[in-house]
Amino acid sequence: MALELNEAQELFKSAKNGDRRSLSRLMTSIESGNIPNLERKQCWTLGITGPPGVGKSTLIGQMISHWLVKGHRVAILALDPTSPVSGGSFLADRVRMDQADLSEEVFVRSIASGSNTGGIPNYLGEMCFALSECGWTRILIETVGTGQYDIRIFGYAQRVLLLDGPDRGDIIQAEKAGILELADFIAVNKSDLPGSESAVQGLKLSLGLSENEKRKVHLVSALEGTGIADLISTIDSCEINDSRRKIRMREMLISNWDSLLLNHSQIDLYLEKLCSGSITVNDAINSMVREIISRGE
Amino acid sequence: MRIVIAKPGLDGHDRGAKVVARALRDGGHDVIYTGLRKTPDEIVRIVNDEDAEVLGLSTLSGAHDSLIPKICQKLKISGLSNVVVFAGGIIPDRDRSDLHNSGVRAVFGPGTPTSDILHFLEEVKSRKNKHQEVGVGQDPGWHWN
Repeated sequence: MALELNEAQELFKSAKNGDRRSLSRLMTSIESGNIPNLERKQCWTLGITGPPGVGKSTLIGQMISHWLVKGHRVAILALDPTSPVSGGSFLADRVRMDQADLSEEVFVRSIASGSNTGGIPNYLGEMCFALSECGWTRILIETVGTGQYDIRIFGYAQRVLLLDGPDRGDIIQAEKAGILELADFIAVNKSDLPGSESAVQGLKLSLGLSENEKRKVHLVSALEGTGIADLISTIDSCEINDSRRKIRMREMLISNWDSLLLNHSQIDLYLEKLCSGSITVNDAINSMVREIISRGE
Repeated sequence: MRIVIAKPGLDGHDRGAKVVARALRDGGHDVIYTGLRKTPDEIVRIVNDEDAEVLGLSTLSGAHDSLIPKICQKLKISGLSNVVVFAGGIIPDRDRSDLHNSGVRAVFGPGTPTSDILHFLEEVKSRKNKHQEVGVGQDPGWHWN
């Protein structure tokens, strides 16, 4: 273990000096649990979340160009689901981020969500800190396509953009509680398609029911590149909302707790016992927690 | 394994690449697909940033004899000599030995059962475990077919 930690430390050192190969290997090292000493200073992170197929990757592709012009170095951590059947994954977010491959100032890393609940692996925080210390000034986390209450991203990103699309009217109503309440920025994509304007109106109506609602609903077309500059300027001028600290910490705590449970060496054994009915869920929790504590995991 | 499936050059047909990507996913691998029309430099940067162990190159345009050696060369000078490269698509038998000489470890033509590619990857893994050289810039002695 000590050897691997030393290696992580070395990689971190040369990544900070600008070596891209080391940066990439450092990400792999963090993924496998070998984390260098990080300063864990505030870093600029934006989570981009929303239902599948709404255009998150395509929008990120557009946002990259705007931030590059402003002199930023943009890193993207793109999450896609792991197959619960084969354990494999098809990571294709970067296909839609053509702009990403044209510049040295963009770093895209595809990440398989693994079995992590909420689709977010708990090492994502360390990746962000490392990227930030290596000089990446805009760090974007693209979630797997999400539903109404997937708020785990708030544990990892300082600010969150919720992206929606046209023809999702009923779902907009249902989303009144949950992610819509928490998102710092809201945008409707596909303004090139009919129905997008009414999606904006639906969201505005829903937001308008709350007092002190100051958030603007942006209408963009990631395909045509319209409305992006305005969205970027809203994002860049936003102060971090510190009142959510407790929600963030709660999500991070749950995420790390889940990961302890999911990485328990005997989890398959417990699942088999649960299937056969020889123990109850409470029994399983009690003895797993005891084992976790006694091992000091 | 982390595997990048890439489409170099101007060829715009990627059904084959997608079939392979799907088969590898179902075989339990993490597959990163690049999309169409990538330059050698872009592909090398993607392989680096994704820290991939394996690169699969799909080409149907006839430009394989120019593009693939170029990509292999760029991998070698970018510190990525240990990446395993295989190729697929329309590649005549007479061109295979040149590709092998560039560091390509397998060439899969039309009609290849996807299980062949999975078996190739198993062989790669077992050779790696035995510390035998299978990377693009390593001892070119062994190739799958």
